[in-house]
Amino acid sequence: MTEIYDVVIVGAGTAGLTAAIYGRRAGLKVLMIEEGIYGGQIVNAQSVENYPGIMKISGYQFANNLYEQATGLGAELVTATVTSLIRITAEKIIPPVKQIQFEDGVTRSIQFDPIYSDSNRELKEGWEVKTTAGDYKTRTVILATGVKKRKLEIPGEENWLGKGISYCATCDGAFYKDRTVAVIGGGNTALADAEYLAQTCKKVYVIHRSRVFRGDLDTEKRLKAKDNVEMRVNTILTGLEGDERLEALKLRDALTGADWELQVDGLFVAIGQEPANKAFRSVVQLDPQGYIMADEDCKTNAPGIFAAGDCRTKQVRQLTTAAADGTIAARAARIYINTKQKGR
Amino acid sequence: MAVKQIGTDNFETEVLQTEKKVVVDFWAGWCGPCQMIGPLIEQLSEEMPEIKFVKVNVDDELELAGKYKVESIPTLIVFAAGKEVKRQVGALPKTAIRQFIEN
Repeated sequence: MTEIYDVVIVGAGTAGLTAAIYGRRAGLKVLMIEEGIYGGQIVNAQSVENYPGIMKISGYQFANNLYEQATGLGAELVTATVTSLIRITAEKIIPPVKQIQFEDGVTRSIQFDPIYSDSNRELKEGWEVKTTAGDYKTRTVILATGVKKRKLEIPGEENWLGKGISYCATCDGAFYKDRTVAVIGGGNTALADAEYLAQTCKKVYVIHRSRVFRGDLDTEKRLKAKDNVEMRVNTILTGLEGDERLEALKLRDALTGADWELQVDGLFVAIGQEPANKAFRSVVQLDPQGYIMADEDCKTNAPGIFAAGDCRTKQVRQLTTAAADGTIAARAARIYINTKQKGR
Repeated sequence: MAVKQIGTDNFETEVLQTEKKVVVDFWAGWCGPCQMIGPLIEQLSEEMPEIKFVKVNVDDELELAGKYKVESIPTLIVFAAGKEVKRQVGALPKTAIRQFIEN
Protein backbone atom coordinates (compact mmCIF):
# COMPACT_ATOMS: atom_id res chain seq x y z
CA MET A 1 0.00 0.00 0.00
CA THR A 2 1.31 3.46 -0.83
CA GLU A 3 2.38 5.56 2.10
CA ILE A 4 0.20 8.59 2.59
CA TYR A 5 1.72 11.66 4.18
CA ASP A 6 -0.18 14.27 6.14
CA VAL A 7 2.12 17.04 4.92
CA VAL A 8 4.63 17.16 2.10
CA ILE A 9 6.83 20.23 2.41
CA VAL A 10 8.54 21.44 -0.76
CA GLY A 11 11.83 23.03 0.29
CA ALA A 12 13.92 22.47 3.41
CA GLY A 13 15.04 26.00 4.20
CA THR A 14 14.07 27.86 7.36
CA ALA A 15 10.33 27.95 6.58
CA GLY A 16 10.18 24.31 5.47
CA LEU A 17 12.20 22.98 8.41
CA THR A 18 10.11 24.98 10.91
CA ALA A 19 6.91 23.63 9.35
CA ALA A 20 8.36 20.13 9.69
CA ILE A 21 9.05 20.68 13.41
CA TYR A 22 5.55 21.96 14.11
CA GLY A 23 3.99 19.27 11.95
CA ARG A 24 5.81 16.47 13.76
CA ARG A 25 5.02 17.87 17.18
CA ALA A 26 1.34 17.81 16.17
CA GLY A 27 1.71 14.12 15.35
CA LEU A 28 1.55 14.51 11.58
CA LYS A 29 3.45 12.32 9.10
CA VAL A 30 5.84 14.74 7.42
CA LEU A 31 8.06 14.54 4.33
CA MET A 32 10.34 17.33 3.11
CA ILE A 33 11.48 17.39 -0.50
CA GLU A 34 14.65 19.39 -1.15
CA GLU A 35 16.47 19.59 -4.49
CA GLY A 36 19.77 20.98 -3.15
CA ILE A 37 21.35 21.00 0.27
CA TYR A 38 19.01 21.67 3.19
CA GLY A 39 19.13 24.93 5.12
CA GLY A 40 18.27 27.35 2.34
CA GLN A 41 19.79 30.80 1.86
CA ILE A 42 21.06 31.21 5.40
CA VAL A 43 23.80 28.61 4.92
CA ASN A 44 25.81 31.25 3.04
CA ALA A 45 25.66 33.75 5.89
CA GLN A 46 28.81 33.79 7.97
CA SER A 47 27.20 35.35 10.99
CA VAL A 48 23.57 35.71 12.06
CA GLU A 49 23.22 38.26 14.84
CA ASN A 50 19.60 39.34 14.62
CA TYR A 51 17.68 36.16 15.38
CA PRO A 52 15.84 36.77 18.64
CA GLY A 53 17.33 34.75 21.46
CA ILE A 54 20.52 33.91 19.60
CA MET A 55 23.34 36.41 20.12
CA LYS A 56 25.50 35.15 17.28
CA ILE A 57 25.52 32.01 15.19
CA SER A 58 26.88 30.98 11.80
CA GLY A 59 24.33 30.44 9.07
CA TYR A 60 25.57 26.87 8.72
CA GLN A 61 25.11 26.14 12.42
CA PHE A 62 21.63 27.66 12.45
CA ALA A 63 20.56 25.57 9.44
CA ASN A 64 22.11 22.44 10.88
CA ASN A 65 20.35 22.93 14.22
CA LEU A 66 17.01 23.28 12.44
CA TYR A 67 17.70 20.18 10.37
CA GLU A 68 18.64 18.06 13.39
CA GLN A 69 15.62 19.31 15.27
CA ALA A 70 13.23 18.44 12.43
CA THR A 71 14.72 15.05 11.57
CA GLY A 72 15.23 14.21 15.24
CA LEU A 73 11.49 14.58 15.65
CA GLY A 74 10.96 12.13 12.79
CA ALA A 75 10.49 14.36 9.75
CA GLU A 76 11.69 12.62 6.57
CA LEU A 77 13.79 14.28 3.87
CA VAL A 78 14.20 13.22 0.26
CA THR A 79 16.49 14.79 -2.35
CA ALA A 80 14.42 15.47 -5.47
CA THR A 81 12.87 18.23 -7.58
CA VAL A 82 9.09 18.56 -7.62
CA THR A 83 7.80 18.59 -11.19
CA SER A 84 4.04 18.92 -10.61
CA LEU A 85 1.16 18.66 -8.17
CA ILE A 86 -1.91 16.64 -9.14
CA ARG A 87 -5.16 16.92 -7.25
CA ILE A 88 -6.64 13.69 -5.94
CA THR A 89 -10.39 13.60 -5.48
CA ALA A 90 -12.75 10.73 -5.04
CA GLU A 91 -16.41 10.60 -5.60
CA LYS A 92 -18.13 11.49 -2.41
CA ILE A 93 -21.59 10.12 -1.77
CA ILE A 94 -23.60 12.09 0.75
CA PRO A 95 -26.24 9.77 2.22
CA PRO A 96 -29.75 11.17 2.45
CA VAL A 97 -30.88 12.30 5.89
CA LYS A 98 -32.36 9.34 7.76
CA GLN A 99 -35.13 9.38 10.31
CA ILE A 100 -34.09 7.17 13.21
CA GLN A 101 -36.13 6.24 16.23
CA PHE A 102 -34.05 6.21 19.39
CA GLU A 103 -34.53 4.16 22.53
CA ASP A 104 -36.25 7.06 24.23
CA GLY A 105 -38.99 6.85 21.60
CA VAL A 106 -38.06 10.12 19.89
CA THR A 107 -37.44 10.06 16.14
CA ARG A 108 -34.55 12.26 15.09
CA SER A 109 -33.09 13.30 11.70
CA ILE A 110 -29.54 12.00 11.36
CA GLN A 111 -27.04 13.02 8.66
CA PHE A 112 -24.46 10.26 8.37
CA ASP A 113 -20.87 10.90 7.22
CA PRO A 114 -20.14 10.85 3.46
CA ILE A 115 -19.19 7.54 1.88
CA TYR A 116 -16.39 7.41 -0.69
CA SER A 117 -16.83 5.50 -3.90
CA ASP A 118 -14.02 3.08 -3.14
CA SER A 119 -14.07 1.70 0.34
CA ASN A 120 -10.38 0.86 0.79
CA ARG A 121 -8.06 3.06 2.84
CA GLU A 122 -6.41 4.98 -0.02
CA LEU A 123 -6.25 8.74 0.09
CA LYS A 124 -9.64 10.15 -0.83
CA GLU A 125 -8.74 13.77 -1.18
CA GLY A 126 -5.35 15.33 -1.38
CA TRP A 127 -2.41 15.83 -3.66
CA GLU A 128 -0.02 13.69 -5.60
CA VAL A 129 3.43 15.28 -5.56
CA LYS A 130 5.37 14.21 -8.65
CA THR A 131 9.16 14.45 -8.37
CA THR A 132 12.35 13.39 -10.12
CA ALA A 133 12.73 10.65 -7.51
CA GLY A 134 9.24 9.24 -7.28
CA ASP A 135 5.67 10.30 -6.55
CA TYR A 136 4.21 10.95 -3.11
CA LYS A 137 0.60 11.08 -1.93
CA THR A 138 -0.33 13.55 0.76
CA ARG A 139 -3.27 15.24 2.41
CA THR A 140 -1.67 18.68 2.34
CA VAL A 141 1.26 20.47 0.74
CA ILE A 142 3.34 23.32 2.11
CA LEU A 143 5.28 25.18 -0.56
CA ALA A 144 8.44 26.63 0.99
CA THR A 145 10.62 27.04 -2.07
CA GLY A 146 12.22 30.33 -1.07
CA VAL A 147 14.08 32.42 -3.62
CA LYS A 148 17.15 32.02 -5.81
CA LYS A 149 19.72 34.60 -6.83
CA ARG A 150 18.82 36.23 -10.11
CA LYS A 151 21.15 35.43 -13.00
CA LEU A 152 22.48 37.91 -15.55
CA GLU A 153 21.40 35.75 -18.47
CA ILE A 154 24.34 36.86 -20.56
CA PRO A 155 26.35 34.32 -22.61
CA GLY A 156 29.41 33.07 -20.73
CA GLU A 157 27.82 33.38 -17.33
CA GLU A 158 27.44 29.60 -16.92
CA ASN A 159 30.96 28.80 -18.17
CA TRP A 160 32.78 31.21 -15.90
CA LEU A 161 31.06 30.39 -12.64
CA GLY A 162 33.97 29.95 -10.26
CA LYS A 163 36.29 31.27 -12.95
CA GLY A 164 35.65 34.93 -12.40
CA ILE A 165 31.91 35.00 -11.77
CA SER A 166 30.47 34.71 -8.29
CA TYR A 167 27.13 35.32 -6.59
CA CYS A 168 28.52 35.52 -3.08
CA ALA A 169 31.11 38.14 -2.17
CA THR A 170 31.55 36.94 1.40
CA CYS A 171 32.07 33.38 0.16
CA ASP A 172 34.56 34.08 -2.63
CA GLY A 173 36.02 37.53 -1.97
CA ALA A 174 39.13 36.08 -0.29
CA PHE A 175 40.31 34.68 -3.62
CA TYR A 176 40.47 38.16 -5.17
CA LYS A 177 42.98 39.70 -2.79
CA ASP A 178 44.81 42.62 -4.44
CA ARG A 179 42.84 42.09 -7.66
CA THR A 180 40.39 44.22 -9.61
CA VAL A 181 36.72 43.26 -9.38
CA ALA A 182 33.31 44.61 -10.27
CA VAL A 183 30.02 44.30 -8.42
CA ILE A 184 26.86 44.61 -10.47
CA GLY A 185 23.64 45.68 -8.77
CA GLY A 186 21.89 48.60 -7.14
CA GLY A 187 20.50 47.36 -3.85
CA ASN A 188 21.76 46.60 -0.36
CA THR A 189 23.47 43.37 -1.31
CA ALA A 190 25.49 45.06 -4.05
CA LEU A 191 26.58 47.89 -1.76
CA ALA A 192 27.42 45.57 1.14
CA ASP A 193 29.34 43.27 -1.21
CA ALA A 194 31.34 46.22 -2.57
CA GLU A 195 32.18 47.41 0.94
CA TYR A 196 33.34 43.92 1.92
CA LEU A 197 35.42 43.47 -1.24
CA ALA A 198 37.03 46.92 -0.90
CA GLN A 199 38.85 45.60 2.17
CA THR A 200 40.84 42.98 0.24
CA CYS A 201 40.71 43.95 -3.42
CA LYS A 202 42.96 46.46 -5.13
CA LYS A 203 40.02 48.07 -6.92
CA VAL A 204 36.24 47.63 -6.85
CA TYR A 205 33.90 48.97 -9.52
CA VAL A 206 30.20 49.17 -8.73
CA ILE A 207 28.12 48.88 -11.90
CA HIS A 208 24.47 49.94 -11.80
CA ARG A 209 22.09 50.45 -14.68
CA SER A 210 20.17 53.32 -13.05
CA ARG A 211 21.32 56.64 -11.71
CA VAL A 212 20.19 56.08 -8.14
CA PHE A 213 21.07 53.23 -5.79
CA ARG A 214 18.20 51.54 -3.93
CA GLY A 215 20.37 50.43 -1.07
CA ASP A 216 21.33 51.99 2.23
CA LEU A 217 22.43 55.61 1.85
CA ASP A 218 25.07 55.41 4.59
CA THR A 219 26.76 52.43 2.92
CA GLU A 220 26.69 54.30 -0.38
CA LYS A 221 28.36 57.34 1.20
CA ARG A 222 31.07 55.21 2.81
CA LEU A 223 31.74 53.51 -0.50
CA LYS A 224 32.06 56.81 -2.35
CA ALA A 225 34.60 57.95 0.21
CA LYS A 226 36.88 54.96 -0.42
CA ASP A 227 39.89 55.47 -2.66
CA ASN A 228 39.68 52.06 -4.27
CA VAL A 229 35.96 52.10 -5.11
CA GLU A 230 34.57 53.60 -8.31
CA MET A 231 30.80 53.85 -8.84
CA ARG A 232 29.62 53.63 -12.43
CA VAL A 233 25.90 54.42 -12.60
CA ASN A 234 23.76 54.54 -15.73
CA THR A 235 25.88 51.63 -16.90
CA ILE A 236 24.48 48.51 -18.51
CA LEU A 237 26.33 45.20 -18.80
CA THR A 238 26.03 44.08 -22.41
CA GLY A 239 28.51 41.20 -22.54
CA LEU A 240 31.25 39.13 -20.93
CA GLU A 241 34.68 38.57 -22.47
CA GLY A 242 37.33 36.02 -21.73
CA ASP A 243 38.97 32.76 -22.65
CA GLU A 244 39.43 30.16 -19.93
CA ARG A 245 38.19 32.62 -17.36
CA LEU A 246 36.34 35.94 -17.27
CA GLU A 247 38.66 38.74 -18.37
CA ALA A 248 36.55 41.78 -19.18
CA LEU A 249 33.07 43.29 -19.06
CA LYS A 250 31.39 44.89 -22.06
CA LEU A 251 29.52 47.92 -20.83
CA ARG A 252 27.28 50.58 -22.28
CA ASP A 253 26.52 54.07 -21.05
CA ALA A 254 22.74 54.21 -20.70
CA LEU A 255 22.61 57.92 -21.44
CA THR A 256 24.99 58.32 -24.39
CA GLY A 257 24.84 54.79 -25.79
CA ALA A 258 28.64 54.65 -25.83
CA ASP A 259 30.19 51.17 -25.52
CA TRP A 260 33.30 50.47 -23.49
CA GLU A 261 35.24 47.59 -21.95
CA LEU A 262 36.40 47.09 -18.39
CA GLN A 263 39.07 44.57 -17.56
CA VAL A 264 38.34 42.71 -14.34
CA ASP A 265 39.57 39.62 -12.52
CA GLY A 266 36.14 38.96 -11.08
CA LEU A 267 32.48 39.94 -11.30
CA PHE A 268 30.14 39.66 -8.32
CA VAL A 269 26.49 39.49 -9.29
CA ALA A 270 24.03 41.10 -6.86
CA ILE A 271 21.00 41.91 -9.00
CA GLY A 272 18.31 40.59 -6.72
CA GLN A 273 16.37 37.41 -6.09
CA GLU A 274 13.49 35.62 -7.71
CA PRO A 275 11.16 32.81 -6.69
CA ALA A 276 11.15 29.36 -8.35
CA ASN A 277 7.50 28.38 -8.51
CA LYS A 278 7.03 27.52 -12.19
CA ALA A 279 6.14 23.90 -11.40
CA PHE A 280 3.09 25.04 -9.42
CA ARG A 281 1.71 27.76 -11.65
CA SER A 282 -1.20 25.69 -12.90
CA VAL A 283 -2.26 24.89 -9.34
CA VAL A 284 -1.69 28.01 -7.22
CA GLN A 285 -1.99 31.67 -8.15
CA LEU A 286 1.31 33.46 -8.67
CA ASP A 287 1.83 37.21 -8.77
CA PRO A 288 3.54 38.84 -11.82
CA GLN A 289 6.98 38.32 -10.23
CA GLY A 290 6.27 34.62 -9.65
CA TYR A 291 5.63 34.71 -5.89
CA ILE A 292 2.80 32.52 -4.57
CA MET A 293 -0.19 34.61 -3.60
CA ALA A 294 -0.82 34.09 0.10
CA ASP A 295 -0.78 36.35 3.11
CA GLU A 296 -0.16 35.92 6.86
CA ASP A 297 -2.49 32.92 7.05
CA CYS A 298 -0.28 31.15 4.48
CA LYS A 299 -3.34 29.93 2.56
CA THR A 300 -3.24 29.72 -1.20
CA ASN A 301 -6.23 29.52 -3.51
CA ALA A 302 -5.79 25.73 -3.76
CA PRO A 303 -7.43 23.54 -1.10
CA GLY A 304 -4.87 21.97 1.21
CA ILE A 305 -1.91 23.88 -0.25
CA PHE A 306 -0.11 26.44 1.89
CA ALA A 307 2.81 28.77 1.16
CA ALA A 308 5.50 29.62 3.70
CA GLY A 309 8.60 31.79 3.68
CA ASP A 310 10.24 33.90 0.97
CA CYS A 311 8.33 32.16 -1.83
CA ARG A 312 5.03 33.85 -1.01
CA THR A 313 3.94 37.46 -1.50
CA LYS A 314 5.19 39.40 1.52
CA GLN A 315 6.92 42.60 2.57
CA VAL A 316 9.56 41.30 4.95
CA ARG A 317 11.83 38.37 4.13
CA GLN A 318 13.84 37.36 7.16
CA LEU A 319 14.59 34.21 9.18
CA THR A 320 12.00 35.26 11.75
CA THR A 321 9.19 35.70 9.23
CA ALA A 322 10.13 32.44 7.50
CA ALA A 323 9.95 30.60 10.82
CA ALA A 324 6.63 32.31 11.59
CA ASP A 325 5.21 31.15 8.25
CA GLY A 326 6.41 27.59 8.84
CA THR A 327 4.56 27.58 12.17
CA ILE A 328 1.38 29.02 10.72
CA ALA A 329 1.34 26.80 7.64
CA ALA A 330 1.86 23.63 9.70
CA ARG A 331 -0.99 24.61 12.01
CA ALA A 332 -3.24 25.45 9.08
CA ALA A 333 -2.45 22.08 7.52
CA ARG A 334 -3.33 20.28 10.73
CA ILE A 335 -6.66 22.12 11.03
CA TYR A 336 -7.41 21.42 7.37
CA ILE A 337 -6.78 17.69 7.87
CA ASN A 338 -8.95 17.54 10.99
CA THR A 339 -11.76 19.40 9.26
CA LYS A 340 -11.62 17.08 6.26
CA GLN A 341 -11.68 14.00 8.46
CA LYS A 342 -14.97 15.18 9.92
CA GLY A 343 -16.39 15.04 6.41
CA ARG A 344 -17.16 18.68 5.92
CA MET B 1 38.60 5.51 4.32
CA ALA B 2 38.70 8.79 6.25
CA VAL B 3 39.37 11.98 4.32
CA LYS B 4 42.99 13.15 4.78
CA GLN B 5 43.90 16.84 4.93
CA ILE B 6 46.75 17.58 2.49
CA GLY B 7 48.78 20.54 1.32
CA THR B 8 51.51 21.73 -1.06
CA ASP B 9 54.06 19.40 0.52
CA ASN B 10 52.27 16.18 -0.26
CA PHE B 11 49.89 17.10 -3.11
CA GLU B 12 52.25 15.52 -5.63
CA THR B 13 52.44 12.14 -3.90
CA GLU B 14 48.90 11.99 -2.51
CA VAL B 15 47.06 13.15 -5.62
CA LEU B 16 49.15 13.27 -8.79
CA GLN B 17 51.12 10.07 -8.30
CA THR B 18 48.20 7.94 -7.10
CA GLU B 19 46.80 5.05 -9.14
CA LYS B 20 43.24 5.50 -7.90
CA LYS B 21 40.86 8.26 -8.98
CA VAL B 22 41.24 11.09 -6.43
CA VAL B 23 38.61 13.62 -5.33
CA VAL B 24 40.06 16.81 -3.81
CA ASP B 25 37.71 18.88 -1.64
CA PHE B 26 38.83 22.54 -1.44
CA TRP B 27 37.20 24.09 1.66
CA ALA B 28 37.54 26.66 4.45
CA GLY B 29 36.19 26.89 8.00
CA TRP B 30 34.21 30.07 7.39
CA CYS B 31 32.37 28.67 4.39
CA GLY B 32 28.88 27.37 5.27
CA PRO B 33 28.26 25.22 2.21
CA CYS B 34 31.75 23.65 2.70
CA GLN B 35 30.71 22.59 6.19
CA MET B 36 27.49 21.15 4.78
CA ILE B 37 29.25 18.86 2.33
CA GLY B 38 32.13 17.94 4.65
CA PRO B 39 30.22 15.10 6.34
CA LEU B 40 28.86 13.96 2.96
CA ILE B 41 32.42 13.62 1.60
CA GLU B 42 33.38 11.62 4.71
CA GLN B 43 30.41 9.29 4.15
CA LEU B 44 31.20 8.86 0.46
CA SER B 45 34.83 8.05 1.28
CA GLU B 46 33.54 5.07 3.29
CA GLU B 47 30.97 4.08 0.69
CA MET B 48 33.25 4.38 -2.34
CA PRO B 49 36.52 2.62 -1.36
CA GLU B 50 37.70 2.54 -4.97
CA ILE B 51 38.06 6.34 -4.87
CA LYS B 52 40.54 8.32 -2.76
CA PHE B 53 39.19 11.43 -1.03
CA VAL B 54 41.40 14.23 0.30
CA LYS B 55 40.77 17.81 1.41
CA VAL B 56 42.66 21.09 1.14
CA ASN B 57 42.00 24.00 3.51
CA VAL B 58 42.34 27.07 1.27
CA ASP B 59 43.12 29.37 4.22
CA ASP B 60 46.29 27.38 4.90
CA GLU B 61 47.00 26.60 1.26
CA LEU B 62 46.05 29.72 -0.74
CA GLU B 63 48.91 29.14 -3.16
CA LEU B 64 47.79 25.59 -3.90
CA ALA B 65 44.24 26.83 -4.46
CA GLY B 66 45.59 29.49 -6.81
CA LYS B 67 47.66 26.92 -8.69
CA TYR B 68 44.52 24.95 -9.46
CA LYS B 69 42.53 28.12 -10.15
CA VAL B 70 40.10 27.58 -7.30
CA GLU B 71 38.22 30.86 -6.82
CA SER B 72 35.05 29.71 -5.19
CA ILE B 73 34.46 27.13 -2.51
CA PRO B 74 33.47 24.41 -2.09
CA THR B 75 35.16 23.12 -5.22
CA LEU B 76 35.59 19.40 -5.82
CA ILE B 77 38.21 18.41 -8.38
CA VAL B 78 38.50 14.85 -9.70
CA PHE B 79 42.03 13.75 -10.66
CA ALA B 80 42.93 10.62 -12.63
CA ALA B 81 46.46 9.64 -13.68
CA GLY B 82 47.81 12.93 -12.38
CA LYS B 83 45.46 15.15 -14.42
CA GLU B 84 42.32 17.09 -13.62
CA VAL B 85 39.32 15.33 -15.16
CA LYS B 86 36.50 17.61 -14.05
CA ARG B 87 35.38 19.91 -11.27
CA GLN B 88 32.25 20.91 -9.44
CA VAL B 89 31.89 24.43 -8.03
CA GLY B 90 29.31 24.81 -5.28
CA ALA B 91 27.61 22.46 -2.83
CA LEU B 92 25.44 19.56 -3.93
CA PRO B 93 23.38 16.99 -2.03
CA LYS B 94 25.02 13.59 -1.49
CA THR B 95 23.33 11.73 -4.35
CA ALA B 96 24.38 14.47 -6.79
CA ILE B 97 28.00 14.42 -5.54
CA ARG B 98 28.10 10.66 -6.02
CA GLN B 99 26.72 11.01 -9.55
CA PHE B 100 29.27 13.72 -10.35
CA ILE B 101 32.14 11.47 -9.23
CA GLU B 102 30.88 8.35 -10.97
CA ASN B 103 29.96 9.77 -14.39
